[in-house]
Amino acid sequence: MSLAISDISKSYGRFPALKTVSLFAEDGEFLALLGPSGSGKTTLLRVIAGLETADAGSVQFRDENLLAKPVRERGIGFVFQHYALFRHMTAAQNIAFGMRSKPRRERAPEAQIKAKVEELLALVQLDGLGKRYPSQLSGGQRQRVALARALAIEPKILLLDEPFGALDAKVRRELRRWLRDLHERTGLTTIFVTHDQEEALELADRVALLKDGALEQVGTPEELYHEPASAFVFDFLGDSIKMPCTIEGGIAIIAGAGVPIVGNRVLENGLATAFARPDAFTITTGDAPGIAARVRNVLLAGPDARIDCGLEGGGALEVRLDHEQAAKLSPRDKITLLPRTVRVWPAS
Amino acid sequence: MAASRANPARRDPPWIAGGLIGIALLYLAVVLLLPLFTVFFEALRRGVEPFLEGIAEPDAIAAMQLTLLVAAIAVPLNAVFGIAAAWAVTKFEFWGKSALITLIDLPFSISPVISGLVYVLLYGAHGWFGPALDALGIKVIFTVTGIVLATTLVTLPFVARELTPLMQSQGSDEEAAAATLGAGPWRTFFLVTLPNIKWALMYGVLLCTARAMGEFGAVAVVSGHIRGKTATMPLHVEILYNEYSFVAAFAVASLLALFALVTLAVKTFLEAQFADELAAQRTR
Repeated sequence: MSLAISDISKSYGRFPALKTVSLFAEDGEFLALLGPSGSGKTTLLRVIAGLETADAGSVQFRDENLLAKPVRERGIGFVFQHYALFRHMTAAQNIAFGMRSKPRRERAPEAQIKAKVEELLALVQLDGLGKRYPSQLSGGQRQRVALARALAIEPKILLLDEPFGALDAKVRRELRRWLRDLHERTGLTTIFVTHDQEEALELADRVALLKDGALEQVGTPEELYHEPASAFVFDFLGDSIKMPCTIEGGIAIIAGAGVPIVGNRVLENGLATAFARPDAFTITTGDAPGIAARVRNVLLAGPDARIDCGLEGGGALEVRLDHEQAAKLSPRDKITLLPRTVRVWPAS
Repeated sequence: MAASRANPARRDPPWIAGGLIGIALLYLAVVLLLPLFTVFFEALRRGVEPFLEGIAEPDAIAAMQLTLLVAAIAVPLNAVFGIAAAWAVTKFEFWGKSALITLIDLPFSISPVISGLVYVLLYGAHGWFGPALDALGIKVIFTVTGIVLATTLVTLPFVARELTPLMQSQGSDEEAAAATLGAGPWRTFFLVTLPNIKWALMYGVLLCTARAMGEFGAVAVVSGHIRGKTATMPLHVEILYNEYSFVAAFAVASLLALFALVTLAVKTFLEAQFADELAAQRTR
């Protein structure tokens, strides 16, 4: 175990930002801290780096107690959400800053620093842009300068705060793949914060999902997606549709129709809430048991067709179908909706 | 801009534009330009020779030296204080922070005369600390020390006020980044913070200097108007004026006005010279 975060608590005044959070990372692991805004994920990252102080708990790296050291002695690379590049320094000067900040006897000779800067510029694919100032670089380029600057101090751990937050969708996807490659090459233990579930599921070896300052679930992306521990996890990891239901003998009864339950939750008979993804619905025209609805709109742009349905009992929901099935539907059609399977949690 | 000018629907009638420009110019002329012109006109009314005599008089030279000395002490003090205060209120959270911000502005809102009187009350012969300091051989009131203190108080907000909004908008991410990269506090200050605030700092220092040289009210109370000893330029102008030496009074006054104009010119020049760098800094 390379990094052990144990029982970290932190509050701002009366507001608890982190409630006894414990988390472990293996050597070379790529870990995502996922959660909605205000869930404490950035606070946890800043506690590890030493930019915030925890009220209680410990952070161990191998045999070292990290919390006992000041920020500048921790040797942790930190990439800030808005990069925090030194605006009056060129990209190369930014990258060299950490190496030049070392005490005189540990500092590498200037020629060596220059060579290392070139090497890092090449690593982040910015060869030849070392003389540019941050204001002369694009968002994605600035991001990579910030990353090179953090890597220059040869950190034990790399922390990234919303690394793609300020970029547009296309650049974001490119950088994501590139960051995954880079991680495979450097093999550095890396923790990144994101509020984007897609990003976390695609990039990370393991994902830690936070809610209101506490860990909700930790696991591989597959575990989180297929075995969500709570309604919150299911809801956060993708679009979800909530339906009231009654449990009877291990089956969910929704609008008079029985639907099998997946996941090994043992629930007592009675009222509960059923959850399903929008693409897990069967639509039948004509009379059938299920949720009675009327098609309001059929949206055909995109990989899946989206059907906007108005429910007979009031309310609306949007389900996804393949284009072939969707072609048979048109607005004002009377239909019946029923999820094929549901996950069930106690009624909230 | 070009688009709005071309759009006839959005063009104001000529009399509105002309009227507004006219009012602004007239106002400027009456309130600002005319008095400024008068200062130089009166100073040179009898020709260059009396003007130079007024300036070269030993008491006038002493006043100039004193003014520069006071500025040379008060401005660096307030620059250091301004940086420290702006740093404190923008990079840290502490109890009483908003009170401190309000307090820094206080010298702007109270009359300088009151600032002067406060020093008399504190350090005067019958003041709170006056007798004790007197026993130690330290005199504040009617001395250069008092003038420096009064000027420092009056010009205290200039640098802090220039820096605070800038440092607020810049946040402390760059300092945090420097720390994670292993830089100590001094290295962070000189290589990261100071370069980021250098222009605002320079503006603050220029404004502070202009005000420190021109300060009258507070200085008038504590100085005692001793010619050639504790009379700064503004006080010297008053003394000359009261003695009906108009040419000499205006000669010194014109010099003081010239100092102010030079300060303004330096500021404008710097702005034009480094416009790109300033714009880059503002947009971030």
